[in-house]
Amino acid sequence: MKLPIYMDNHATTPLDPRVLEAMLPYLREDFGNAASRNHAFGWKAEAAVEKARKQVAELIGASDKEIVFTSGATESDNLAIKGVIEFYKAKGDHIITLKTEHKAVLDTCKRLERVRQERLDELKMLRLSQLAERDVAPEDVPELAAKYRIEEDAQYQKWAALPTGGARVTYLDVEKDGQVSLEKLAAAMTDKTVLVSVMFANNEIGTVQPIAEIGKLCRQRGVLFHCDAVQGLGKLPFNVDEMSVDLVSITSHKMYGPKGVGALYVRRKPRVRIAPLMDGGGHERGMRSGTLNVAAIVGFGKAAELAREEMAEESARIFRLREKLRTGLMNQLDMVIVNGSLEHRLPGNLNVSFSYVEGEALMMAIKDVAVSSGSACTSASLEPSYVLRACGVEEDMAHSSIRFGIGRFNTEEEVDYVIRLMVEKVRKLRDMSPLYEMAKEGIDLKSIEWTAH
Amino acid sequence: MAYSDKVIEHYENPRNVGTLDKNDPNVGTGLVGAPACGDVMRLQLRITDEGIIEDAKFKTFGCGSAIASSSLVTEWVKGKTVDQAMTLSNKDVARELSLPPVKIHCSVLAEDAIKAAIEDFKKKREARSVKPTAS
Repeated sequence: MKLPIYMDNHATTPLDPRVLEAMLPYLREDFGNAASRNHAFGWKAEAAVEKARKQVAELIGASDKEIVFTSGATESDNLAIKGVIEFYKAKGDHIITLKTEHKAVLDTCKRLERVRQERLDELKMLRLSQLAERDVAPEDVPELAAKYRIEEDAQYQKWAALPTGGARVTYLDVEKDGQVSLEKLAAAMTDKTVLVSVMFANNEIGTVQPIAEIGKLCRQRGVLFHCDAVQGLGKLPFNVDEMSVDLVSITSHKMYGPKGVGALYVRRKPRVRIAPLMDGGGHERGMRSGTLNVAAIVGFGKAAELAREEMAEESARIFRLREKLRTGLMNQLDMVIVNGSLEHRLPGNLNVSFSYVEGEALMMAIKDVAVSSGSACTSASLEPSYVLRACGVEEDMAHSSIRFGIGRFNTEEEVDYVIRLMVEKVRKLRDMSPLYEMAKEGIDLKSIEWTAH
Repeated sequence: MAYSDKVIEHYENPRNVGTLDKNDPNVGTGLVGAPACGDVMRLQLRITDEGIIEDAKFKTFGCGSAIASSSLVTEWVKGKTVDQAMTLSNKDVARELSLPPVKIHCSVLAEDAIKAAIEDFKKKREARSVKPTAS
């Protein structure tokens, strides 16, 4: 067994050697530009890209014509959300998403809210300057002032309803297990809702959302459905038609392909339209200009093919390792709490809080194992994970969480090693923890007046 | 984040981890921080009647820097007088451990813990010197 052990497969995955083999020719002799239509170098590159497009499409049960290559899921999320809002602005400007979505979705939504507010502010200023041009100052004539106010309000209401180029956003809470409530989602929909964006599987707690049910609901209500599917693809079955999704963000590096390449699925029947984010040569049917990264796309395609072929067997093996890790830790340590649903969960995800031990200190103790912590002690904000907080995890427990992501190349031997190491280090840190001592003495930690900083 | 060698050394071999009897009239206990903020430090000092710190123990829930900061101050205060210990500042801790700006908080906590422990000791002494009146 080689140290350090990589167990952070939600962050990224190693390149599969078979993927690298597939890529190499396109970094060497077959270097052509896929957009060069007039010579063999270009044709070869184009053929390779089209093969990859099919491989990616097959993973999600789509047609290859529905795949737009991007630089990764962040770009795909931006393109889907901004593209839909821009294109359908006459229809409405309301988005519904979850508080536990990836930042690429949440921050895109926040920007659209800012754009809308700026537009409204501009309109208001314009209106005020028009009012200032009137002959009579409204405050001098009370009846006029009242009349103008009503007029102004009506005008403002009209503007508020106008397409603004931005969006109004509802950020839905999730249930304790991390899943969305379909009732709450349905209740949040209005006649101005144009888009629902819900991820397939959560990157921190591994919770899998009821995508098919959400898709059905959106279809019934005539709302487009975008799904950031990066964490779940290749691990659990996903089919765009069975799940009625309209836009899907995909990335290569979470499925043992290279970084810097991803795709957006854009439904053709019924047709979904999006405005492009980038102007240029009109590549990818005008939706994403820019010379294609041929070698990376070829690797992406190969990775998608391997994921599809090996998914069932691999997920079962990874699930067994995850359960071995979970039960190993929970049998030997007390006060270990699993965050997120155990039932609706990615096979390789284990997000656990070790009560009374701080996550970052624990990571430092197991420096031969690469994992991730929900504690934010390393960041400037010192706020613990917003995903755990949105699931109702108390702040102290959120500071005590560790995320394990088991992947294709982890072995049983590694899991055994991690269990032994974790048990030893958690015990050591708990011996050093005043909170553990107090809890053992039966002191209610909530009854203490803490000096918060 | 890359820690300094001193932080790692204290984290891996913390000095003076443990518990003193909080009911001992010569023991002052300082408990600072909050679980919700991700760090709680408990520092206990046994102080002679002459005001010399003869023992120090800590327990800390927090990141590596918080553990190292508390371990360091237990070493520093031992053998010092109460007045000398009161002059220890978080800046000394931060400098000694080369804490990055985002971790200065941990050194502040260590300074606060010393002050809180001494405060607790002084309160106990005052309570002792006031003779209970017969009822």
